[in-house]
Amino acid sequence: MRNYLLPDFLVRAGDGCTGCGRCVRECSFHVLEMAGGRPKANHARCVACRRCVTFCPTGALRVLANDTAYRQNPYWPAWLRQDLMRQAQTGGMLLAGSGNDLPYSSLWDHLLLDASQVTNPSIDPLREPMEVITFLGRKPSELSVSVAEDGELCLDTEVPPQLRLELPIVFGAMSLGAVNLNVHRILAAAARDAGTLWNCGEGGLHEELYEYGENTIVQVASGRFGVHTRYLEQAAAIEIKMGQGAKPGIGGHLPGEKVTSDIASTRMIPEGADALSPAPHHDIYSIEDLAQLIGALKQATHDSKPIGVKIAAVHHVAAIASGAVRAGADFLTIDGFRGGTGAAPKVIRNHVGIPIELALAAVDDRLRQEGIRNQVTLIASGGIRCSADMVKAVALGADAVAIGTAALVSLGCTLCQACHTGRCAWGITTQEASLSARQDVAEGTERLANLLHAWDAELKEMLGALGINAVESLRGNRERLRALGVDAEALSILGVQTAGRE
Amino acid sequence: MAGTMTTVDARGLHYRDLNQRLLELVRQGQRHLRVENVLGQRYIGTGLPPAGLELQGTPGEDLAAFMDGSIIRVFGNVQNAVGNTMNSGRVIVHGSAGDVLGHSMRGGEIWIRGNAGYRVGIHMKASASSSPAIVVGGTAGDFLGEYMAGGTLVVLGLGCEGSERLIGNWIGTGMHGGAIFIRGGVQDYRLGRGATRADCDAADLALLSRQVVLYCEEFGLDPQEVLSAPFAKLTPVTSRPYHRLYASSVGEL
Amino acid sequence: MTANERHQYVASGCATGGILSETGDVVPGQRIADLMAAMHERSNGLGGGFAGYGIYPEMADYYAFHVMYDRDDYRAEVERLLAAATFLVRSERVYTRATRGIGPAPEMWRYFLQVPPASLDGLDEQDYVVRLVMRINRELRGSWVVSCGKNMGVFKGVGYPEDIANFFRLEDYRGYQWIAHGRFPTNTVAWWGGAHPFSLLDWAIVHNGEISSYGINRRYVEMYGYNCTLRTDTEVLVYLVDLLIRRQKLPWRLLYAVLAPPFWEQIERMTQPGKRRLYTAVRQVYGSAMANGPFSLIIAHSGGMIGLADRAKLRPLVAARVGDVFLLASEESAIRCVAPAPDAIWSPKAGFPAEGVLRQREAAA
Repeated sequence: MRNYLLPDFLVRAGDGCTGCGRCVRECSFHVLEMAGGRPKANHARCVACRRCVTFCPTGALRVLANDTAYRQNPYWPAWLRQDLMRQAQTGGMLLAGSGNDLPYSSLWDHLLLDASQVTNPSIDPLREPMEVITFLGRKPSELSVSVAEDGELCLDTEVPPQLRLELPIVFGAMSLGAVNLNVHRILAAAARDAGTLWNCGEGGLHEELYEYGENTIVQVASGRFGVHTRYLEQAAAIEIKMGQGAKPGIGGHLPGEKVTSDIASTRMIPEGADALSPAPHHDIYSIEDLAQLIGALKQATHDSKPIGVKIAAVHHVAAIASGAVRAGADFLTIDGFRGGTGAAPKVIRNHVGIPIELALAAVDDRLRQEGIRNQVTLIASGGIRCSADMVKAVALGADAVAIGTAALVSLGCTLCQACHTGRCAWGITTQEASLSARQDVAEGTERLANLLHAWDAELKEMLGALGINAVESLRGNRERLRALGVDAEALSILGVQTAGRE
Repeated sequence: MAGTMTTVDARGLHYRDLNQRLLELVRQGQRHLRVENVLGQRYIGTGLPPAGLELQGTPGEDLAAFMDGSIIRVFGNVQNAVGNTMNSGRVIVHGSAGDVLGHSMRGGEIWIRGNAGYRVGIHMKASASSSPAIVVGGTAGDFLGEYMAGGTLVVLGLGCEGSERLIGNWIGTGMHGGAIFIRGGVQDYRLGRGATRADCDAADLALLSRQVVLYCEEFGLDPQEVLSAPFAKLTPVTSRPYHRLYASSVGEL
Repeated sequence: MTANERHQYVASGCATGGILSETGDVVPGQRIADLMAAMHERSNGLGGGFAGYGIYPEMADYYAFHVMYDRDDYRAEVERLLAAATFLVRSERVYTRATRGIGPAPEMWRYFLQVPPASLDGLDEQDYVVRLVMRINRELRGSWVVSCGKNMGVFKGVGYPEDIANFFRLEDYRGYQWIAHGRFPTNTVAWWGGAHPFSLLDWAIVHNGEISSYGINRRYVEMYGYNCTLRTDTEVLVYLVDLLIRRQKLPWRLLYAVLAPPFWEQIERMTQPGKRRLYTAVRQVYGSAMANGPFSLIIAHSGGMIGLADRAKLRPLVAARVGDVFLLASEESAIRCVAPAPDAIWSPKAGFPAEGVLRQREAAA
């Protein structure tokens, strides 16, 4: 069949090029080769990952959008016309990586924070203690206390297991298979250094990382990969994956290319076989089945650790969340439609699911209406890009946020959306040994620790500006948010007023 | 059986209390327990260090879920989700089983004397050191061995040879490892996308015999008679059943 | 009802059960309560309910309306309408007893009535009753008809089924058939009308699962004069049964094929061309009535009850027989709790019913 597609990008070496060939070595998509002392490009292969540009010693290399003109048509944008052509030439579902890239409105960008001034003083975080410690786990609604013979107070209530986070940020679940072992090593080490948690995702946990158990959330997903006794025992918490923001309602297929021998043995599937995570858990078809699995895990771990559930933000997320809490979930991760993925059908990634801002607000409200908000720790995820998004999420009601994409961008990811090819030039979403080696574990750990350190400082600045010195006072405090240009119904769901209103 | 057997009366006990009692006894060193009047208690065998249990009655959901190494013998029927993500050990049922038997099973054996329901052996997995096996003496319903990644599934259809009821449809959909054996054969239309027939070679017959002999010994059946009928063997068409389904949205086609 | 309320429906997971004496002998209310108590883990205390048949033998010729009121003041309006539209023979409050685990409850009243032939105006009597019920549910504030069949009644509310049974003093009622439900809903404030069973005329249905096709099922039955007002997907199933069996007079076998149709590949494999044509037509015409989504159902009427699971058997359902008694439940252990040694116990095949039939003619509505 004839190829009617033109390349999306053009790679050009300018005057400064010395013919060193570094770009050819860095490119993992086989775009460049040396010809006549200069790099020559097969432009169609370029995905604009910017690896070559970043490593060019003279800055001579440029990656340009190929803006060979299409007649403008906002209803049929260029990318859509390209997609049609790809489907016509392959008959396949189009896969993409990372998160939803369509220009739906972002509510984070329409929410503003208050500052204390004149009538109520702000707090200087550099001088005064600013407390951001967060505990993950089911909490009782009240405490029962008695007085001992010596007059001391004794706590009678048995508080269920709690996990301490030094700051309200955890790393979102990314499976071994979607990312490689080096990335897992980095996430684990950075989580330990920062005093928070990382999530090994649904592809199992490499034995080497068991030493980070105290900082590890393990997942039990529909494929039940790598779920054995030690896996469950060494973990700080267990999360049942019921959904993911990038691909609500569908399962996952890790392509056989990415199933190396390490992955195969961790997942207990044949090497080179596609790793299939079925769409629903095939034993969970109703809410009481979820309760049954939560019960089984609590029994298997003798009630020693929090058992949580991860759901995608969809229309009835509030009802689903309430059901999950009543089914026994100790923590609940809600993943909005901007969440990333190693591979998903593009059409699902871009058109299914709802924003985390609205989902979070709806869930927090519903749980409070039902009087069960204390029973669960809420983690908001799906496109948390900066510390301001995090603060706004906490104000809407989240106990903590999970970051995935933001963490990977800190490690070099440029959101080129080619994760599913397994050829990530930055060594993140690839299993190939030489490419994976590009993620230096020590340096990557430092990058992520830096990110969390920076967000921690910014969080404290924002809290200080709000006149708050403990994150509990921001949590669910929607009063400290105002909106700009948001429609009445969304405002009502968010429980936030328009800026200018007292 | 070595060692004394301690008896526990489960009548009126909530599953938490029953399982707590069993855990205490096993931790004290009682390795052989007989539980009487079991009626609906869940998660029996879950979180229990390896022990031998004899259950009389009808255990509830998730029997032997996540189980490690115990041997559980049931005199009665069992309900749904038996052997859910089971690691090792053996579950023997002198009766029939419900749906979702052996979901994500990773090792060990489950033997059912009677019938099993729907969604048996979904996503069973194996490794170099551990391969699970399920043997059903009677019939099994639709979606047998769906997404199977490893292990052995056997359906004998004893007493209903040639019957429509023997086996369901959509067998082995999405199968990418392991093998399914159906005594008496199976019609082509019952195969799910991803499963195909394969010949039973000597190694297969040896594997099958091993399981069947042990199974027959437990239930007092004649292994010769069971093995005398022909078996259909089903295996994955490919380890990459969904390979052709996708195309990339970026880079070269 | 606000726009939000109208579109908000409550999905739930649950426990179902049923007991029928096929010879019309008495099954005490306590027995069905015990069956449900055995499945306590499947519910979360936010809904429980029962439908009893043969419980009003001296008033068997009258429609027995069970009506719930959020507040007593709403009752006058409904009674005014009933008095105008029907011949009210007896009205009384349904007696209850204070029960731990049951919070503030709406009042439930019981009305025995007849339809005066003069009021019918050419309408079929049962259609008349259906219209009346729809009108009350749709238009009258804070009141809803819980059941309206002859010699049967629904008792339901917010609480575990065994507590609801205690609340309504179910042990005082003697029927030949009971179906019951325990709910695990995900609703906001407790809603008594949202518990199962859902009932119309002498139909009563309990349901485990979620109907993902609810939106179109609702719009389909609305075309025929039914209004879904009770904010629970199961409600639409009762109306579908009434429409297809009573009004369109489809044979039961075809009802199952409408709700849980054979897959196209199964239709293609049917050897008789007549059968292929029939099932193809059923799917072509009744597509909007297909109940998509995992389900197990118990459909009860005065002549017996039917247990049915969806065509992929995604929800559990177990049937049993002990002598002349037919039982259904979500778990085998629940059946064995009330019938330790059944003569037969089995799981119905996906999409195919397990049926209990009342052999006595007189008990029919």
